[in-house]
Amino acid sequence: MNHMAPAELTQALLYMDGVCVSFDGFRALNTLSLVIGPGEMRAIIGPNGAGKTTMMDVMTGKTRPDTGVVLYEGKIDLTTLDEASIAELGIGRKFQKPTVFESQTVFDNILLAMAGPRTAFSCLWGWRNHVDHAEIHHILETVGLIGHRDRLAANLSHGQKQWLEIGMLLAQDPKLLLVDEPVAGMTDAETEQTAQLLKSIARDHAVIVVEHDMAFVRALECRVTCLHEGSVLAEGHIDAVSRDERVIEVYLGR
Amino acid sequence: MSFSFLQKDRLAIVFMAILAGFGVIVPLLNLLMPEGSFFHIPTYAVSLLGKYICFAILALSLDLVWGFCGILSLGHGAFFALGGYAMGMYLMRQIGARGVYANPVLPDFMVFLNMKELPLPWYGFSSFSYAMLMVFLVPGLLAFVFGWFAFRSRVSGVYLSIITQAMTFAMMLAFFRNDMGFGGNNGLTDFKDILGFSVQASGTRLTLYMLSILALGGCYLVARMMVQSAYGRVLIAIRDAESRTRFLGYRVEHFKVLAFTVSACMAGLAGALYVPQVGIINPSEFAPGNSIEAVIWVAVGGRGTLVGPVLGAVLVNFAKTWLTGALAEFWLFALGALFIGVTLFLPKGIIGTLSEKFSKPKAEADVAEEVRS
Repeated sequence: MNHMAPAELTQALLYMDGVCVSFDGFRALNTLSLVIGPGEMRAIIGPNGAGKTTMMDVMTGKTRPDTGVVLYEGKIDLTTLDEASIAELGIGRKFQKPTVFESQTVFDNILLAMAGPRTAFSCLWGWRNHVDHAEIHHILETVGLIGHRDRLAANLSHGQKQWLEIGMLLAQDPKLLLVDEPVAGMTDAETEQTAQLLKSIARDHAVIVVEHDMAFVRALECRVTCLHEGSVLAEGHIDAVSRDERVIEVYLGR
Repeated sequence: MSFSFLQKDRLAIVFMAILAGFGVIVPLLNLLMPEGSFFHIPTYAVSLLGKYICFAILALSLDLVWGFCGILSLGHGAFFALGGYAMGMYLMRQIGARGVYANPVLPDFMVFLNMKELPLPWYGFSSFSYAMLMVFLVPGLLAFVFGWFAFRSRVSGVYLSIITQAMTFAMMLAFFRNDMGFGGNNGLTDFKDILGFSVQASGTRLTLYMLSILALGGCYLVARMMVQSAYGRVLIAIRDAESRTRFLGYRVEHFKVLAFTVSACMAGLAGALYVPQVGIINPSEFAPGNSIEAVIWVAVGGRGTLVGPVLGAVLVNFAKTWLTGALAEFWLFALGALFIGVTLFLPKGIIGTLSEKFSKPKAEADVAEEVRS
């Protein structure tokens, strides 16, 4: 069977196998394996400390795994690349805490994120000074911030900052979006809007969403992976996963 | 930034107008008004103003890296001094046989130290254009190499400040040594002429003053071009959220190295204009205290505003000249109090606070818009 593996790998957009990460003896990830197909939307759930954020750190080059394989598009080894090169390959990340550029306008935030050359010289004289405003406006319309174009990002509400960050992610035009707890601290109405937004984005991008909010995960209508102590506990439809004895046990305690 | 582009432009226009005014009116008052008249500006005062202008260029260069990119350099005085030494070496070689020892090639201090031939670093400095090249190249190269290693290793914040401080201190110790061949603790002085004009002549002094004004205007325009482009927005993004910028795919270290190198070249130019106007360059210019003082100028004027640091440098140095004359022993206390006062009561500096006041109505309109939507 082993010789079949490479052929299979080219099918997956992201392939993680046997990934281990320890911090001072604490195993954050323990032989974690995960496969994301092109254009797939996946929700990752799990209790605190299950390794969800560490997993994203490994995918984006922030943390180097001790052992294990992380392949992008079946051939690119992400464990040898840094954050900037991984971002260039088309993996975009939205952080748990909204991190937008507070002292700059909503428009400039999207401008900075737009896919395109990112060298110092292209920013000084070149491409980034002549970005098509229509494209930026289109993204701002998608995330519902077109009316806030010229406001400073610092003055946006929490929910608006989350959407701005999703807009920045869209501007990067990545193949794979990593979205970490997008609805933490949102109202129910905002949560619902965010679910719709992510679903519309998932039509032409692969998306991985890490989230605690079960109602939100259900609204995403996608495959769910439950992590526990750094490895996969259960995977499948939300109904199947939420009925799984072990999932109930880790979530509710003994 | 917290104010609109229109206001930003207005600030730039006002600044350039004031600068041009200083560039024209001061020399005119010096030349046309009779001595003893209230409006006459004596030549020594013109040179003093020229010195302030050089400090203003240094403050501007520091603002480019600190105000916009969050790199708090506590060693910018080193780039200033290196530019100054490059100019000083040219001026020393111009003395020629007119020195005390009348050696046509070796400056006096080398004869005094029993040096037999010109040390290698001094080669070429008899040429003005070579010296001018070195004014930019030496500080720029040091900043490039230093920045390359520091930023690539992701040294930032207070750690970077400390190593920049260590850098300028190390340079000071090195330049104090006689066997470095740069004049030891006496430095370089007794300059005679520059491009054939006597450095003492009032015409030369006026010209140097006007060149300093031109250099300040030029550096301001370059810095402004940089910070108003998308590059400047990336710099601000790095200042506010460095790792976020990295995740967007920007090579943060390249942006930092470029800003740091351009800034060091500006500081070098400032030093080169400073030396002929004060008539001496010695290792105390590398003293950490000088670099810290430059940071205070920027903080007082308002970092991240470009114009603010220029104002801060001129105001603080004017106060220094006045206080060290009137109450010499109080100057350091006053400087310390100024820094504490600005940090506590004016954290955005003079220009930062003023422009915020001007954009208040805009901020309120913002809120109104939010309520409506």
